Amino acid sequence: MKLFSCNLQKWAQWLCAFLLCSALALPASAAHAEGNDGAIDVKEIVLGHMSDAYDWHIVTWNGHHISIPLPVIVRGEDGAWHFFSSARFHESADGVYEGFFLNEEDNGKIYERLADGSADKPLNLSMTKDVVQIWIVVAIMAIVFLSAARWYKGRKPGDKAPGGFVGLVEMFVMSIVDDLIRPSVGEKHYLKYTPYLLTVFFFIFITNLLGLIPIFPGGANITGNINITFFLALCTTLMVNLFGNKEYWKEIFWPPVPTWLKVPVPMMPVIEIFGIFTKPFALMVRLFANMMGGHAIILSLASVIFITCQINAVIGTSLTFVSFLMMVFMNCLELLVAFIQAYVFTMLSAVFIGLAHPEHHE
Amino acid sequence: MQSINLPSILTPDLGLLFWMLLAFLIVFFLMAKFGFPVITKMVEERKQFIDESLQKAHEANERLASIHEESERLLSEARARQAEILSQAKATGDGIVREARERAQAEGAKLLQEAKAQIEAEKENALRDIREAVADLSVAIAEKVVRQKLADDKEQQKLIERMLDEVC
Repeated sequence: MKLFSCNLQKWAQWLCAFLLCSALALPASAAHAEGNDGAIDVKEIVLGHMSDAYDWHIVTWNGHHISIPLPVIVRGEDGAWHFFSSARFHESADGVYEGFFLNEEDNGKIYERLADGSADKPLNLSMTKDVVQIWIVVAIMAIVFLSAARWYKGRKPGDKAPGGFVGLVEMFVMSIVDDLIRPSVGEKHYLKYTPYLLTVFFFIFITNLLGLIPIFPGGANITGNINITFFLALCTTLMVNLFGNKEYWKEIFWPPVPTWLKVPVPMMPVIEIFGIFTKPFALMVRLFANMMGGHAIILSLASVIFITCQINAVIGTSLTFVSFLMMVFMNCLELLVAFIQAYVFTMLSAVFIGLAHPEHHE
Repeated sequence: MQSINLPSILTPDLGLLFWMLLAFLIVFFLMAKFGFPVITKMVEERKQFIDESLQKAHEANERLASIHEESERLLSEARARQAEILSQAKATGDGIVREARERAQAEGAKLLQEAKAQIEAEKENALRDIREAVADLSVAIAEKVVRQKLADDKEQQKLIERMLDEVC
């Protein structure tokens, strides 16, 4: 136990270091984002940091970008697959490689220059920063839970309960199962959905946490990307509607309301069908907006330092201090939000799944 | 060129969706097969094991209490039996002693009786002997007396005749 608390302390120190880094990592990109007139474009800084990218930018040192190039996988107009490092774009003088280039007009996405001179968006399965970040999360989850699960192999229920790391994992998993999944889905069906809901919870939670780390193993804005939350909400929609029972569908198409609300104008069924889509839509937007908002606030607070420093050294220094304190506060808050949003997403998914299994009632 | 003004975090990205699908399916498969069920199953089993153990402990306690009661009962029974046996033994002992005493008394009385009878017999014998001796003596004495007095035959004859007369 003592070892564990020691580790916790170490982690706290790391966290502080990361918070400091988040404040220090920005100047480079801020310089990068300076417009022609030397003013700082906060919108570009904030959105740039939250956007997906074809390389993993780490730092800009003396105007030299240091970033991890990532593989680009695109299918050209001719149907051939192109596979190359994203560093090729920066190496070539005009930024075009094998006919592909980063289109600054469309958030720096890869476009293909066609024979007739026009640009078109190719089928793009590149391993972007977000993709790599997702795989890192997958790797972390696999390491954490599979190593914890391996502990149980060959052990009997009568053996000593796990301690240390495995004990922590067990406690965390069981607290989610017992406090969230079981009461939300219902005693009868919860076991079937536990793996999915736990996967969703820990995926979102770990992604959110890594999103708070400003440098390499984390920092990509995954849950603040509408594609990801769309996918997760879609999974929940499928889980809800594919496994919903007869009573659930009956309540949608023939809800227990006065008949004139159903025939001849099917008002309630339409509302219910609409509800099938609004529920996951709310899930999608909630997670996206919360995570995106948190990141945006932290990045904006960091930008305050550079804006005010440009105005006046005194104001800049004093506001740097204020901004730094605010950032520490926001990061702590985001730590909380990282957990709460994962919790809320999982809880609502569980509730929707539970609602898709209504007991038959007269 | 659609959605140029929207930031990239708000625009659909097929590549990202594809990789997300793949990654999520893989992690879901791994977790659902090798991860979470192992943990939740073990915890569930442990819960059952603890419940069972508590139940068993409860039963064992009850059994212990009943055993305690039983032993109490046996002990008191044994005590009662002991007292009973003791009193029985005492009674038997007393009976034996009394019987022995009675027998001894009877024996003593019999011996005494026999001794008395023997003494009586001895006494009779002694008396008879004495009587015979006295008779002999008296006869002898009488003889001597008579012999001296009746030195002659005439006298003797007379005495004999008188005696005969007396006897007959």
